[in-house]
Amino acid sequence: MTRVHDMGGRHGDGPVDPCRDEPLFAEAWHRRAMAVTVASGAMGAWNIDVSRHARESLAPKDYARFSYYEKWIAGVANLSVAAGLVTRAELADGVAEQAPLAPKTLRAADVAGALTRGAPSARPGPAPRFAPGDRVVARLPARNALVAGGHTRLPAYAAGHVGVIAALHGAHVLPDSNGHRLGEAPEPLYTVVFDAGDLWGAPERAGDEVAADLWESYLTAAS
Amino acid sequence: MPHDHHDRDHDAHSLLPPDPALRIKALETILTRKGLIDPAAVDEILDIYEHKVGPQNGARIVARAWADPAFLAALREDAAAVLDAMDLAGRQGEHVVVVENTPETHNIVVCTLCSCYPWPLLGIPPSWYKSDAYRARAVREPRAVLADFGVALPEGRRVRVWDSTAEIRYLVIPARPAGTEGWDEDALIPLVTRDSMIGTGLARDPAP
Repeated sequence: MTRVHDMGGRHGDGPVDPCRDEPLFAEAWHRRAMAVTVASGAMGAWNIDVSRHARESLAPKDYARFSYYEKWIAGVANLSVAAGLVTRAELADGVAEQAPLAPKTLRAADVAGALTRGAPSARPGPAPRFAPGDRVVARLPARNALVAGGHTRLPAYAAGHVGVIAALHGAHVLPDSNGHRLGEAPEPLYTVVFDAGDLWGAPERAGDEVAADLWESYLTAAS
Repeated sequence: MPHDHHDRDHDAHSLLPPDPALRIKALETILTRKGLIDPAAVDEILDIYEHKVGPQNGARIVARAWADPAFLAALREDAAAVLDAMDLAGRQGEHVVVVENTPETHNIVVCTLCSCYPWPLLGIPPSWYKSDAYRARAVREPRAVLADFGVALPEGRRVRVWDSTAEIRYLVIPARPAGTEGWDEDALIPLVTRDSMIGTGLARDPAP
């Protein structure tokens, strides 16, 4: 089954505060957390899917109590240990041997170029099995079919529901595989549109829709 | 079937100090000392997201789309290619798709699973976009969420919520305000708010 991060459709969260006029970073440490996360990710020791999964894998009680950037910090700390870059003792003691910049460390002069390049997820891949207009069913339950308890980008609210293929985006890296360092395994990626009445039983208004981007292995043809 | 090994190291973060400001300071110190991050690169990242990248980028795209039908057509055809040519693609905006608000359909963007957001066009996401309440509710009750933003849609308009579950990033092109016929791109830019490009707001009406 899915994890605590998969909260689409959940009840009980109260109003959304539009936070008008908030500063870009509410706290000075938010700035550092953002930039350290981006800089450390640029080393290439983990990919975006591994990184998302690290945050999702926080204990539910930590995920719920941590603010946004605290989740990022925790993710980088856990990933650094898992990748063998930092030891648990170094985290606990707050000290480490001074070392020169590692070869893969992002240099200031390369920042703008790295951010502008980004990390596109489109890849050459298999031909799509579905076409716009096709009716498909999303996997039930929403789970990673490669790794028990693993990362997936199929939201639980869509699992088992019939949707209609609205667009094909070519083949993209499959997070369920890439998030576990099992290879990029590119698959056709589709925008699938679900009827809000199907998803929620009683929609706010008949005819409203929810669109999600789903990989081909999440989908089967609807009968 | 293999099991998920991430659970093995999922508590390493708890070795850091409990106070968040001290946690990030400790982590940054260790990564810096070990040569894994370059302080000058960290400063450069902050300079870019604090001074160069933000909703002004998206606003320019929307205003140009309003003013130039050929540009809008190119965005519809392949927004990612258009933005790439303008150096407005990149991290968390590699695969942008534009969705247009019309009299029939209002579009809203969310990421229920984390906080995916078109950084090169809108900058760092606002706190509400990353909040549990927005992530949980936008898909199920978008009209109630819009009400939290003071937005009421006309009767009969359909809502389509875009859940950013993959690397496709959505930019809403809000409806062009009435009374702006003939305005050029520069005049239109101030009418394009950040929230209007996420779908939790509408474009500003021109000052009377």
